[in-house]
Amino acid sequence: MFASYLLSGWIVASLVAFAAGFTGFFVVLRRESFAAHALPMAAFPGAAAAALCGVAQWPGLLVAALLGVALLFWLKRGQRRDAATALALVALLGLGALFLSLSGRYANAVYGLLFGQIFASSPADIPPALALAVLVPMALLMFFRPLLLGALSPDFTAGGAKGDVLFLIILALTASFALPVTGALLVFSLMTGPPGAACTLAASPRTGLMLSVVLAVALIWSALALSAATGWPAGFFTGVLAALLFLAARMWRRARQAPQLPGPA
Amino acid sequence: MSLAVSGLTVRLGGRDVLREVSFSLAPGAFCGLIGGNGSGKTTLLRTILGFQRQAAGRVERPQTAGYVPQKLQIAADMPVRARDLVELGFSSPRFFFPLPSAKRRQRVDEILAATGALGFANQRVGELSGGQFARVLIAHALAGDPRLLLLDEPLANLDLRAAAEIVALLRKLAARGVTILVSAHDMNPLLGAMDHVVYLANGRAASGPVAEVVRTEVLSALYGYHIDVIRVHGRVIVVAGERGVQAHGPEHVVAIP
Ligand SMILES: Nc1ncnc2c1ncn2[C@@H]1O[C@H](COP(=O)(O)OP(=O)(O)O)[C@@H](O)[C@H]1O
Ligand SMILES: [Mg+2]
Repeated sequence: MFASYLLSGWIVASLVAFAAGFTGFFVVLRRESFAAHALPMAAFPGAAAAALCGVAQWPGLLVAALLGVALLFWLKRGQRRDAATALALVALLGLGALFLSLSGRYANAVYGLLFGQIFASSPADIPPALALAVLVPMALLMFFRPLLLGALSPDFTAGGAKGDVLFLIILALTASFALPVTGALLVFSLMTGPPGAACTLAASPRTGLMLSVVLAVALIWSALALSAATGWPAGFFTGVLAALLFLAARMWRRARQAPQLPGPA
Repeated sequence: MSLAVSGLTVRLGGRDVLREVSFSLAPGAFCGLIGGNGSGKTTLLRTILGFQRQAAGRVERPQTAGYVPQKLQIAADMPVRARDLVELGFSSPRFFFPLPSAKRRQRVDEILAATGALGFANQRVGELSGGQFARVLIAHALAGDPRLLLLDEPLANLDLRAAAEIVALLRKLAARGVTILVSAHDMNPLLGAMDHVVYLANGRAASGPVAEVVRTEVLSALYGYHIDVIRVHGRVIVVAGERGVQAHGPEHVVAIP
């Protein structure tokens, strides 16, 4: 289906989507979509710093995303979560702007980081993506019960920030690896569209999680295929298809739930 | 003893919310934890569970305790059915959500049947009525096979009939040896069922059999001013203040001119 130089891009994207399907399920259940948007953006200065120092992107991304988590927690102190998230985001974005202007690779680097450059992936990108696709699902499955109960209501547990921190770290991890693939603006389309649709359609948490992963991988495959066929950016298809997927799921559920009107006599 | 609380003091925001609270419950006891809003019922239950640290005192309780939190709401868009919530209550394995098995499913069905919740087992929890949801929360709390069940105002949002059904269910559980500690701001729905009462006011507690605690002298001493306990048609009305027109007490007061 793809030329061989596209193969590593396809593998990396599939692995990232697989992990994003897992993380996204909890993003939607815990209503953390804003953090799922903000953390990838917060990771962006890490990539800029890496470009400035001339080292690989992903360690820079990871450090910046974890810094985002720490900043978010320090700012929030138990209240005003959305404002804290926004402020953590803008502080780090400001840094990113500075680093990028210093590195002198402004236009190209920004474009790649914001919108992704999936077809520029090389075989060297596969091992970190593979690590992500193994570690993230393992961590989330391991803490499935406490994370799910915490998402249903914090009153079920002793409270405290432990589950919260754990989840945000997993989110930061997913974000920093997914960022070079889909770009900062579109990572969270993978982490909200397919899981949102899955939560709408599935009856139980188990099927919801599985559906979320399947839909995320299907979404990225469709986006890549359409992009290869049209020459349009993969990010465009990822974002639009994510929204369409969610919309379709909502319409499906509404149609199924609609009261049965008596048909014409 | 199934639950023993001694000299328990809990400080929140620099204030003693509970002061030297002591009481103990035998296995299978049905105890009402009665007090007005802000009297410390939730704080006491959370301290017994270990969710809240005490400033002084001791709590001895069975290893496994079930808990029904107060005012719990779960959105209808959560893909969680009644049976899933019960399964999430299993205490083992602690981590991982194991693959579905016939044995687990059967155990869930048993618990749902025992709590009268089998009829809506496959409905999303966010779509249940108040009485149905209360049953499912109790089923969730029972999944860990607890010897002690703590319930925080489970009757607060229920109509009289649903409340009576939940009380009957709790009574059945107590008869099987599960110790029940259930909080309420109105003791009347519990009157026929509870054999023990812990009454909270001013951060302090009076405890014992209902007939010994819910008395003018005992409650007046607890509140620190005169309280009248009036019994009419099998209901208890606690009237605060000498003139009987101020409602400081937890019960609804009807002032008769
Ligand atoms: N985290 C807290 N910090 C300070 N005060 C608190 C806190 N939580 C509860 N309180 C206070 O403790 C008292 C008891 O609260 P609570 O146990 O919730 O009462 P109840 O459940 O009987 O309505 C109330 O006066 C409340 O304002
Ligand atoms: Mg309370």
